[in-house]
Amino acid sequence: MSRGFDPVEFGIRYGFLLLMAGLIVGFSVAQPAFMSARSAVFIFQSVAITGILALGVTATLVVGGFDLSIGAVATSSMMLAAYAQVIWQLGAIEAVALCLLMGAAVGYINGVLIVKMRVPDLLATLGMMFLLMGLQRIPTEGNSISTGMALPDGSNATGTFSPSFLMLGRHRLDVVIENLLPLSVVFLIAIAVLIWIFLEMTRHGRIMYAIGSNDRAAALAGIDVNGYRILAYVISGTLASFGGILLAARLGRGDVASGNNLLLDAVAAALIGFAVLGAAKPNAFGTAIGALFVGILLQGLTMLNAPYYTQDFIKGAVLVIALVFTFALSGRRGRARH
Amino acid sequence: MPANAIAIAGLTKSFARNRVLRGIDLTLPAGQVTVLMGANGAGKSTLVKILCGVFRPDGGSVMLGGRPFAPAAPVDALRAGVVTVHQNINEGVAPDLDVASNLLLDDLASGSGFFLNRRRMREEGRRIADAVGLDVAMGREVASLSLADRQLVSIARAMAHRPRLMILDEPTSSLSAAETERLFALIEQLKAEGVAILYISHRMSDIRRLADRIVSMRDGQISGTFEGRDLDYAGAVRAMLGHEITEVDIRIPDAGGAVIEAAGMRLREGARPFDLTLRENEVVAVAGLVGSGKSALAEALFGVSAPVSGEMSLDGKPFRPKSPGDAVRQGVFHLSKDRLRNAVIPDFDIARNITLPFLSRHQGALSIMRRGSERATAARMIDMMGVVCQGPRDEILTLSGGNQQKVVVARWLAEPCRLLILDEPFQGVDIEARRDIGRRIRDSAADRATLVLCAEIDEALEIADRILVMSEHSIAGAHRNAEIDLDLLMAQVTDTAPPPSGGAQLGVGT
Repeated sequence: MSRGFDPVEFGIRYGFLLLMAGLIVGFSVAQPAFMSARSAVFIFQSVAITGILALGVTATLVVGGFDLSIGAVATSSMMLAAYAQVIWQLGAIEAVALCLLMGAAVGYINGVLIVKMRVPDLLATLGMMFLLMGLQRIPTEGNSISTGMALPDGSNATGTFSPSFLMLGRHRLDVVIENLLPLSVVFLIAIAVLIWIFLEMTRHGRIMYAIGSNDRAAALAGIDVNGYRILAYVISGTLASFGGILLAARLGRGDVASGNNLLLDAVAAALIGFAVLGAAKPNAFGTAIGALFVGILLQGLTMLNAPYYTQDFIKGAVLVIALVFTFALSGRRGRARH
Repeated sequence: MPANAIAIAGLTKSFARNRVLRGIDLTLPAGQVTVLMGANGAGKSTLVKILCGVFRPDGGSVMLGGRPFAPAAPVDALRAGVVTVHQNINEGVAPDLDVASNLLLDDLASGSGFFLNRRRMREEGRRIADAVGLDVAMGREVASLSLADRQLVSIARAMAHRPRLMILDEPTSSLSAAETERLFALIEQLKAEGVAILYISHRMSDIRRLADRIVSMRDGQISGTFEGRDLDYAGAVRAMLGHEITEVDIRIPDAGGAVIEAAGMRLREGARPFDLTLRENEVVAVAGLVGSGKSALAEALFGVSAPVSGEMSLDGKPFRPKSPGDAVRQGVFHLSKDRLRNAVIPDFDIARNITLPFLSRHQGALSIMRRGSERATAARMIDMMGVVCQGPRDEILTLSGGNQQKVVVARWLAEPCRLLILDEPFQGVDIEARRDIGRRIRDSAADRATLVLCAEIDEALEIADRILVMSEHSIAGAHRNAEIDLDLLMAQVTDTAPPPSGGAQLGVGT
């Protein structure tokens, strides 16, 4: 099948990885401190939460859908975790279970809205996003949640975050260097591997790709298309709520002002993933690389003292370039899309 | 002799390797209704799309009123006086706009001026609507009109362009009898005004009512032109469905026990109920025009849609599939027609397209796919079907149409089943691939019942032990594929034969 060296084909497959390697080398030359274990860990930590959300949205992209509610699910989960511990005084395990259940339930409702009520995916999840953004602020009348906060009835909240809950976002494992590896990075890597195995190697992942490619044909092959669509949104909602748990554990409070960028960063990572290895379709490996790419770029620019307000511009430029890679270049190979 | 509104000579069009039009010569006289008949894939819609400016032909010429006509875009065709009323009525209207805006849509698209003059638009719209007898308020939203009125809106809009040729593509498919009559009256009026009408339909009743001439299309060519006082309807259908008495060599095996028994089946309201028996070892073909209910029968057996009434049993047990997945679990497999839309997974390679319905057969612990098992099945099926490819990892879209079809047929032959339904498995494949696929279906037909829905009579004669004829969503005849009375079969296809006495014995066949 390989007929000599085809530079376009090579560019489509490895262009993005080469670009990333080039960035790492470039930043290391300009700022030697970039090339250190601490710096690498910092990059991973900065993308852990968006990466987990991006892996969830990848699942919905695979079945030909889209989930705009992930950012709101994550912040709702953060507020719920804080509320459960500070006001209801629940323990870490109960709080985590409650948040994950909430995420799965929101995902299920999204799925049912899209599959059964036939609301277009963008609109259903956009509606859910607004709904959750409002809902998460109602119990506290718009205030952030922290120990000692004034409650509407005049008393003060006495509950505290459980130490084992805070560990989720703050604990660092000793790997080679003491206190090197944050737990959240371990979660990101584990979830990335699990989602990759699920999508690429299991029957269920195969079926989800078939649905994304031609849902009529999949249904006529006897596949429960609606069930798998709902499953994709449940995965997305659950992972988003887990991202929210990590955010709450890192901040140690339910902060109404945080998490604004989560949705756009996660979606960008998943879409950049289309360009990795010339996949031209949503895939878990690409999503992880996409999240990492954005992290490397921002960390490098920060170390080179680039002003903070250039960040969004850079992210946008990367996304546009990645999309050109995916659709303009690989489209020439004659991949059929419809 | 009326002047020819349009004269087509040597028109050709290919899509990749697929030659869809192979030299069409056709004249459409002014003031006459020319009915165009053709099975799926004969090239009708490509011809229409060239005439209305969607496609450009590869070769040949079209003369409109004596002048060369080569529209670069639909708007050119419209300006030149070629208007099309599509089968899908909503394609011709903008449902969210009011009636007046719809009637003047083409003026809006090309007009000067920035602001709309509502009063002038309503007057203009009223004038256009009156010309076709459309009596609705100009301010109503088109979405609130009945289908027939929506269609009239699109016809009225087309009329405002003083058409020379009007193309109607299955215009009566969603109309009631009274609405159909109103449309026919309008067509008569257009005829009288000297408009040439190209009318595409498979409804024999419409055709008998309207046709001045019938043109049959088959395999991208005109296969027959019929005119004169007494139109030869059966001849036209035969020209469309084709029949060249190829050396048919069918050895009819002894049929086994009944696999499917159906009694009192009604596929839609008002259709005559029928019974059906499908037996082990036998290959049964279903012949019939487009819209005769072939696909509805297949969909009822596969759980896509339930029949209006009737009882089905599979191996003697009641059979009422709730979904395709349910049918597959009970051993009823079905390959839909139109493979690119309904069967091919474009992003998958050959192996993954083959294993799709039976993935659990190839899974190990934790549902992880066993690649070796998949590859082995794919290799076995590629070999069995004679798919021409470099290997199971070839992308499916790199294959020719015939080989793609072999892959999606292979999908359902990979596992044993009780009933295999193939809906137009020869659509868009060349004659060699057709023989290949047919032979493999027959070779593997022992121990199951096989039902093949055919677009052409030749296909049915090549593959079947028994041929059923469907018409008006019911079974109009059954023939053992040996010394067939083709005239009777054709008469049943065109619904001109007397109905068989009592449907009950139809299914037994042999």
